[in-house]
Amino acid sequence: MGEFIMEKDLYILGIESSCDETAASIVKNGHEIVSNVVASQIESHKRFGGVVPEIASRHHVEQVTIVIEEALLQANMKPEDLDAVCVTEGPGLVGALLIGINAAKAFAFANNLPLVGVHHIAGHIYANALIQPMEFPLLALVVSGGHTELVLMKNDGCFELIGETRDDAAGEAYDKVARVLNIPYPGGPKIDQLAHESDGAVDFPRVWLDHDSYDFSFSGLKSAVINYKHNADQRGEEINPMHVAKGFQDSVVEVLTAKTLRAAREFNVKQVIAAGGVSANKGLRTALEEAFEKEGIPFYVPPLKLCTDNAAMIAAAGSSMFKAGKRSDLTLNGRPGLELVSWNK
Amino acid sequence: MIWLGIDTANSPLAVAIVKDGQILTAEVTNIKVNHSAGVMPAIEHIFKKVSISPKEIDAIAVSQGPGSYTGVRIGVTIAKTLSWTLQKPLVGVSSLQVLAANAAMFQGIICSLIDARRQNVYAAAYDSTMGLAPIVEDGHYSMLGLLEQLKEIGKPVLFVGHDVDNFWGLIQQELGNSAIRAPYALDLPSAAQLIHLAEQQELPSIDATHTFVPKYCRLAEAEANWLKEQKGKQ
Repeated sequence: MGEFIMEKDLYILGIESSCDETAASIVKNGHEIVSNVVASQIESHKRFGGVVPEIASRHHVEQVTIVIEEALLQANMKPEDLDAVCVTEGPGLVGALLIGINAAKAFAFANNLPLVGVHHIAGHIYANALIQPMEFPLLALVVSGGHTELVLMKNDGCFELIGETRDDAAGEAYDKVARVLNIPYPGGPKIDQLAHESDGAVDFPRVWLDHDSYDFSFSGLKSAVINYKHNADQRGEEINPMHVAKGFQDSVVEVLTAKTLRAAREFNVKQVIAAGGVSANKGLRTALEEAFEKEGIPFYVPPLKLCTDNAAMIAAAGSSMFKAGKRSDLTLNGRPGLELVSWNK
Repeated sequence: MIWLGIDTANSPLAVAIVKDGQILTAEVTNIKVNHSAGVMPAIEHIFKKVSISPKEIDAIAVSQGPGSYTGVRIGVTIAKTLSWTLQKPLVGVSSLQVLAANAAMFQGIICSLIDARRQNVYAAAYDSTMGLAPIVEDGHYSMLGLLEQLKEIGKPVLFVGHDVDNFWGLIQQELGNSAIRAPYALDLPSAAQLIHLAEQQELPSIDATHTFVPKYCRLAEAEANWLKEQKGKQ
């Protein structure tokens, strides 16, 4: 009789505090969510029209032990049932990152657990591993308030940046246009809704940059929207916010979709995924779904609660890093400008 | 009874382990380093040095502020997390009282202060003849406003804290001979002193750990501005 070796299950605690969500989650074997707790501060920041770093840090201190305890309670687990603690190391707001990191370090030390620092964007990409197995080569479109990137993954834990924004992130452009239209923070979902309901669109430019470039630029589009509003004001005319929202969103979505499609063809990928807060945008999701269905390449986008910041995605990416032997020590620090580095070849 | 003490409210980093009223180890470092990287390694180091495991401690004392927002938060986050996961009670002590306690042998008024920039300080004054009773409460003051309050008391005042030097000229100018400078050996926070002060408080229940927060003594700037705006609207 042959020997039967069972691989032991891997339970990872993830902690995330890079912006305005304090989150903890336990993930089994890198793909199964056992618990996923998010304490959002969005209500608290609304009155300021955006995330205030000092306020965010203060809320993280209030929430951090509560969310970790809740993640353990919901999983019906004790610290000794865990194999490692993974925490967002960067990028993000430094004061906010420090809370999750120091809580993770203290927890790992007290319970004698290994510690792994995780890149926030790797987390957003690995949110997809919680939905279906990732197949390589894979192309990831990462769109959020701070990022607009096309990342090629030839293998698990292996990242190649093939395009990025040269100025504003897509989410940043949404926030700024929302301000022009007097839409309260957070304006992205509202612009998406207005665009969806609109019966017409203002014709704004598409910025393609060099014909073979996978980079993005949204500052010109943002200026075009501001100028459009300004010119209307000068003439004493009212603008139609729905038409502006749709015109703006059409431009963003068309450029993002076309470049993602072109890259997917060039690199002959098996899977395309969208990740990050802006991938919750309905207009973008629909356009990408239609384009890749026609192309015959599987396209996935995580459900809403895994698109926005969460700790399950950190635990998922951290599981792959842990298996690759990556470890952090107690000097782990918040790194607001951390670059995405491959942990596998 | 074994205590762990942590003070990272300002640039010095102080940690100690005290057992049954005896210091087993106490360390303080005052160089411009990042607390986020340094505090947990310092804590790990002192546990190793005295061969005690984290699970063996009975209580945790932390300097609760005021001071550097980030510094206070790092100490409080670590203390809260250890307290919750080890299920040991957490006691907070004013970072200013910790400094003043260094000079408690002085009979009279002790003022401890921390530079809050732009000629402002976090400061407090205590009467050592009355068990360090607060005469000026922990707060964020303009340096001149603080000195006005101290002048009115009309007694000699001992100044303690490593930031006192930033204001010593002004202090002497305003208070003259009433101002006394504590020797520099008393200027840094001592985590053993912190534990000693914590021992004089009642131990809170474990449930209180989740709601434990820093004492900033000051609103975040955005919040202060927002409140001002709301008042303006009325």
